[in-house]
Amino acid sequence: MRHAQMASSRGSVSIARRTLVAAAWAVATAVTVAFSAGVAAQGAPIKIGHSMAQTGPLGGGGKAALLGLQIWRDDVNARGGILGRKVELITYDDQSNPATTPGIYTKLLDVDKVDLLIAPYATNPTAPIMPLVKQRGLLLMGNFSFEVNENIQHDMWFNNAPWNDAVSWSQGFVEMGKKRGAKTIAFLAADGEFSQNLATGARNLSKHQGLTTVYDQKYPPNTADFSAMIRALKAAKPDIVFVASYPGESAGIVRAVNEIGVGEQVKIFGGGMVGLQFAPLMEGLGSQLNGIVNYNAYVPEKSMEYPGIKDFLTRYAVRAKAEKVDPLGYYLPPFNYAIGQILEAAITATKSLDQKVLAKYIRENEHKTIVGPISYGRTGEWKIGRVIMTQFTGIKDKDIEQFRQPGKQVILYPENLKTGELKFPFEKSRK
Amino acid sequence: MHQGHKHFLIGCAIVLALAFALMATVTNEYVFFATYVVLQFVVLATAWNILGGYAGYVNFGSSAFFALGGYAALVIFKWLALPLGVQIVVAACFTGLLGLGIGLISLRLRGIFFSIATVAIAIIFETVITNWDFVGGAKGLQVLRPEPMVPFTSYTKMLFFVMLLMALGAVAIARYIENSWIGRGLRAIRDNEEAAECVGVPTLKLKLIATVISGALMGAAGAPLPMYLSFIEPVSAFSMNYSVSALAMPIIGGTSSWLGPVIGAVLLGTVQQVVTVTISSELNVLIVGVLLVFFVVVAPEGILGLVRKLRAPKVQPTGQTRGQTSAQTK
Amino acid sequence: MFSWDLLYGALVFGLLLGCFYAAVSIGLSLSFGLLDVPHIAHPAFLVAGAYGTWWLGGFGWDPILAGLALAPVFFVLGVVMYRVYYAMFESRGSDAGLRGLAFFFGIAFIIEVALILAVGVDQRLVEASYIGKSIELPGDLRVPLRLVVAFGAALLLTIGLMLYLGKTFMGRAIKAVAQDQIALALMGADPVKVKQWAFGIATAVTAIAGALLIIVGPVDPQLGRVYIGRTFCVVVLAGLGSMSGTLAAGLILGVAESIVLTFFGASWAPAVAFGLLLIVLGVRPQGLFGR
Repeated sequence: MRHAQMASSRGSVSIARRTLVAAAWAVATAVTVAFSAGVAAQGAPIKIGHSMAQTGPLGGGGKAALLGLQIWRDDVNARGGILGRKVELITYDDQSNPATTPGIYTKLLDVDKVDLLIAPYATNPTAPIMPLVKQRGLLLMGNFSFEVNENIQHDMWFNNAPWNDAVSWSQGFVEMGKKRGAKTIAFLAADGEFSQNLATGARNLSKHQGLTTVYDQKYPPNTADFSAMIRALKAAKPDIVFVASYPGESAGIVRAVNEIGVGEQVKIFGGGMVGLQFAPLMEGLGSQLNGIVNYNAYVPEKSMEYPGIKDFLTRYAVRAKAEKVDPLGYYLPPFNYAIGQILEAAITATKSLDQKVLAKYIRENEHKTIVGPISYGRTGEWKIGRVIMTQFTGIKDKDIEQFRQPGKQVILYPENLKTGELKFPFEKSRK
Repeated sequence: MHQGHKHFLIGCAIVLALAFALMATVTNEYVFFATYVVLQFVVLATAWNILGGYAGYVNFGSSAFFALGGYAALVIFKWLALPLGVQIVVAACFTGLLGLGIGLISLRLRGIFFSIATVAIAIIFETVITNWDFVGGAKGLQVLRPEPMVPFTSYTKMLFFVMLLMALGAVAIARYIENSWIGRGLRAIRDNEEAAECVGVPTLKLKLIATVISGALMGAAGAPLPMYLSFIEPVSAFSMNYSVSALAMPIIGGTSSWLGPVIGAVLLGTVQQVVTVTISSELNVLIVGVLLVFFVVVAPEGILGLVRKLRAPKVQPTGQTRGQTSAQTK
Repeated sequence: MFSWDLLYGALVFGLLLGCFYAAVSIGLSLSFGLLDVPHIAHPAFLVAGAYGTWWLGGFGWDPILAGLALAPVFFVLGVVMYRVYYAMFESRGSDAGLRGLAFFFGIAFIIEVALILAVGVDQRLVEASYIGKSIELPGDLRVPLRLVVAFGAALLLTIGLMLYLGKTFMGRAIKAVAQDQIALALMGADPVKVKQWAFGIATAVTAIAGALLIIVGPVDPQLGRVYIGRTFCVVVLAGLGSMSGTLAAGLILGVAESIVLTFFGASWAPAVAFGLLLIVLGVRPQGLFGR
């Protein structure tokens, strides 16, 4: 009941927004343009179906991601749709649970008769639908999953995430440490699909680089406190500490590191900590984040000012506040918007909704999006990975707005996006 | 009794005929995906009820049996590449053995202690699976489905049919137990175990029969999971949702008879499926919560009890009203 | 890998964490252990308490203070809850256990969704002067101040409850109602009133424990599911209804987990805790300190 009311009020808000945008458009250009767009949009809508975690452990990220897609839909429809057809999103909650997605996606295909599919957020909910799309020969836009196409080898899969293989994650991190003379490395990784993949990549890379592993700990989900682990890690005296953790534990690890310390010799700390990209944790941890080097997808630095991103984030911030989702939205939302942009470009260019034609176009062209130009490699991952390594610098407590300025999360890697130098050793960089 | 048996067989035949008709005419795969889930819950709830409803031993770790069934099947598939039928049998044998273990625990533990022991077992097995790399460990494992067997046109239809057979089998077993000496013995245990023991009911033997059958059926319900999802991963396989559903469905339907879990599973399972693809939000969790509270408060004996109460003649002013209604119907 | 220094650290952290485990379980030890209410929604109340603390923290309240302020509210909530439970199940008699369990499961889900609707699914944490700092113990051991604070609060809570149950009239009545309701009724006390009072106290204690929960780490609306196993493990390990036993069981669990994760690998920690529980149940079903 309550939800129905919320949904309807949300609907009316976006309708109001849409008319507002349409009105502005009309004034800015010409009345005739708006008129013709309105007429053209009268065909049956293009249905795009997907599931998105709105509850469960992935719910926080999923809700923000969904808002990114919805903003794209509203933008497109305000412009009169694609090929004169409005875009309709059909969204279901998969509860972060891979057991729900096969049912949901067959419903999308067989009952809702959607034209196009987008994958759910994250690897686990995506894995069960890969055989389905391969068997039916469908185009699937991936949504921040990892190596999910490795065994399936579906050639119509396009994952929109800034990484491609396991090495692309940790390369920048390990190289930076190596360059500063590191000889030993410690690993702390959650016992989960994502973090274990990450840690495996980092382990191989560090072996390749000739680093000695002095501590390697796998911890179970829902660990209540990390003091004992951080102390044991400190006792091993590593030069680099690579952490692959989930949001639930990232905060606990950061705190324990602040309280107990990791030792003066540690040059760089962090790597693959999920959750430090999400506004509630960033705000909650505040100055405790300083010095941590961590992976990111997007940060508001000068080198990443792709066309359209600022405008998107401004509009996102307004709607995020109303819908109680991540107020910054740097991690998933712009990439979800970009998924929409890629589909839009493909449909517009090919004037088709044929899955094979679209897949061919996406495979063979470079796409201009608000997260930069994207082109795809053979396995349907980005041709060139772009996981950025950023260092938290000069963060104060209890201030969410500070993260909107450049210079707070300095990009250290890759070279072409670099906006600052690594401050090290770790303990010193925090002062 | 004999009459009931005939009715039951006719019912089974009708269900099977419907299933064949469905498979022959419907091409929409979603129907089979959704029905599969509901049927899976029929097996799970029926299995739970054999121990929980008849004998009063509340298994809280149903998810462990379910998940281990899935993992046992996965091992058989990955290691020996044997077909689905063999996977299910092996999975059922394995979880049946686990059920035997649980049954031995029930020698010493009763009531809530027994339930907590089952939770502990679930967590221990989840930890073991999470640390076992052969089955994918924490990362999980993608599985490529083989071709469906001959009469079936798609693997989903085959899974649906297999699960339907298992559901019918589980219900038949539950019904047999309920009406036989086993069921009478189990009910005696539920009402008063000491007293039952004193009058010569072989309580240990009965409890072991119940835990083994219940465990084996739960494992069988989980066995096709890796093929259904083409993927398996410990967190979702051991999800508490299965444990809660396994207990909530019989309670909602009524625990005293084999029909209760079936009604509960069909009702709650269908509602969950429908909600997932309609309202689709946190309300999903809410509906389970509200239904649980509503039914245990309003219908303490489940839907079956409610129906029985409504049908039963009222005691006090009945003479007149009954006379009137019967007059009307005539 | 072994060193005395690491063992020392593991022991200290284990004790600190163990006391915290005792604090989050002690309300359940009262409601489930003494009163025999299958209170599976206890962890959900814990999380609700944590979110209340977070909410008051937004107005600049200290977490511990916020927990204390929430306690009376939770007390009333607990009393109401017991009234409902009594009317629906205990007064009707048969099979209260199973249906009660289902009832509290339902309540737990409803609380979960209410929290999601009210605050969203994101994780929340609180700030306080003692969070993010550490103190130095002898032997070059730095321990987080928040764990020390949680340790102290947990200890006070447990001792307070023990004294209350042992020394006051109401406390003794609560203990009596757990043992022999009829005798209590003969003495002129109403067992239902005593039990509802006790359930109120158990819920009030849970609010304070919820504050400790969010002091120790971040909280999300579905965190309660994790603590079902942990809290019931402590209470059963302790032996039902024993407050001092709850403290001891919490400490045993904390130390066992801490030692396993330091020396054998953290991923086996949950199995060890629950393996311990199984062994205790097998050898001594009444728990380590049971009556």
